[in-house]
Amino acid sequence: MLIRRASLLALLFFASSLHAELQIEINQGLDNPTPIAVVPFGWQGLGAAPEDVAQIVDSDLVRSGQFAPVSRRDMLSYPTREADMYFRDWRAISAEYVLIGQVTLGTQIRIDFQLFDTTRQLAIDSGTVTGPVTELRMLSHRVSDAVYERLTGITGAFATRLLYVSVMRNPDAKDFYRLTLADSDGQRPIVLLEGRDPILSPTWSPDGQEVAYVSFETSRPAIYRQNLRTGAREQLTNFQGLNNSPAWSPDGNTMALVLSKDGNPDIYLLNLTSRALTRLTRHFAIDTEPTWMPDGKSLLFTSDRGGRPQIYRYDLRTKKIQRITFEGAFNARARVAQDGRNVALVHQRDGRYHIAVLDLVTDRLTVLTETSLDESPSIAPNGSVVLYATKRGQDSILAAVAVDGGVRFSLPSREGSVQEPAWSPFVTP
Amino acid sequence: MIKPTLYAKWISLVFAAFVLAACSSNDTKEAEAAAAAAAAAEEQAAQEAAVQEAEQQAQAEAQQGREAVAADAGTVFYFEFDSSSLTEDARAQVDAHVQALLGNNDSVRLEGHTDERGTREYNLALGERRANAVRDYMVANGLPSYRIETISYGEENPVAYGSGESNWQQNRRVELK
Repeated sequence: MLIRRASLLALLFFASSLHAELQIEINQGLDNPTPIAVVPFGWQGLGAAPEDVAQIVDSDLVRSGQFAPVSRRDMLSYPTREADMYFRDWRAISAEYVLIGQVTLGTQIRIDFQLFDTTRQLAIDSGTVTGPVTELRMLSHRVSDAVYERLTGITGAFATRLLYVSVMRNPDAKDFYRLTLADSDGQRPIVLLEGRDPILSPTWSPDGQEVAYVSFETSRPAIYRQNLRTGAREQLTNFQGLNNSPAWSPDGNTMALVLSKDGNPDIYLLNLTSRALTRLTRHFAIDTEPTWMPDGKSLLFTSDRGGRPQIYRYDLRTKKIQRITFEGAFNARARVAQDGRNVALVHQRDGRYHIAVLDLVTDRLTVLTETSLDESPSIAPNGSVVLYATKRGQDSILAAVAVDGGVRFSLPSREGSVQEPAWSPFVTP
Repeated sequence: MIKPTLYAKWISLVFAAFVLAACSSNDTKEAEAAAAAAAAAEEQAAQEAAVQEAEQQAQAEAQQGREAVAADAGTVFYFEFDSSSLTEDARAQVDAHVQALLGNNDSVRLEGHTDERGTREYNLALGERRANAVRDYMVANGLPSYRIETISYGEENPVAYGSGESNWQQNRRVELK
């Protein structure tokens, strides 16, 4: 245990010096993004500031597709406190909003920020975030969240993290797999697991403290859980046949998963305290890819019991199974937004696989992507964006699209393929 | 003239006859019968061993032949898109392997694979369905199921990395190991 902890610390230390593996390319923003000036933040501490907080906030806002940040070169002044704000400087360069702030280093690090409306000429928001020095980037994302929420009315999801699997293809030997944890902007990647055996289906515990995934490291698939803080790792299943698609229940007590030990793939529930296993589905067809509705009262899953893969809903109280997708010959791997209304899924149309969103209230299915081999949708915890994997040439890349289709960006890897993104839940700092 | 060596043989034969005559007549008959039986048994055993050896050799040669046929058939069986039915070609290939496996005690591992289309977890299930289809066909043809292990890698281990049917058809497969 001590050794494991020590090696995790070494890993964290090493990882913190790595460059981001993912790059970000904005493919499509809103037609009329809001112009905002994010002024370089002041720094009160020894030496140079460890991070350019304003740059981090600026990049977050650009990535949302809803903002058009003003270039620093065009700014006429660099105020860091309200007394130095001259609204005419900002109206002159058509900035509708201005964000200023300063970073102070003490036993912890503190960011004070203030947001101004240049039309109304007044401060419309201000705040302070505090945390350990090592978390300065995450604190900066929390400033982005505050600004985003104040200006759009939608909770920001910048101070969140991503899991993804990267694969180095090797035609002459076995491929190399890596499970990585990174900030929502792809920065600060930390390798959680790597090796020559496939890693699949990474997923988050609802409190964001643990992850689960499938690894073939024993030459057979098995489900593991891993604590992000302690590094403690545990093998949860070791059954004959398939062991895949782990999905934590919203209360964190149960894990839905897929086993084929009884002959063919069915959905089971594993009680994480008692370890009792309950079989949910019992059908000779393929039942797989379970995911929980946010209220924990039902699950969605993929089944080809009707001949082709479609999404079904299992009600835990009535034990009734109901088909919910009817458009097209292939709908699979559903993920439900926190509002319980939008379901992101993989939808096949004309032989091409797209990401689509099914509105459970109107039953309307909207195709969001135009690429043809899209898979593994994961919805941001604020419900605004779907992150997914698609193909660029021979490699798999991550891409994102707003649920309303308005904004698109991609996150190609500097090397190899990246796949199976899993966006973290909101984590209370 | 009789040569001295022949003369000595005659002497010993006469002596032996005298010794035999000295025994009881019953004992003599039993001993003679036993000796004859033993000799016959030995002869028969030798003949049988020769036959058995020839048979074993023939069997070994036949088995070698079956294993060669199986090796020629190849260890990769291909499938149609989204299908887990064995094609006619795949059946012929698996038949050859079953014939070879019925003559030895080898265990086999069947690894199911899919192309990249569709979702990863559904493809894991589809890969398993393919491996199971091969297993079931082998069992139906007399190979005991305990000698067969199945595993699915879904779309995780492609042979051909690109997209398009020419690559996909190489990846929709079960590998016998």
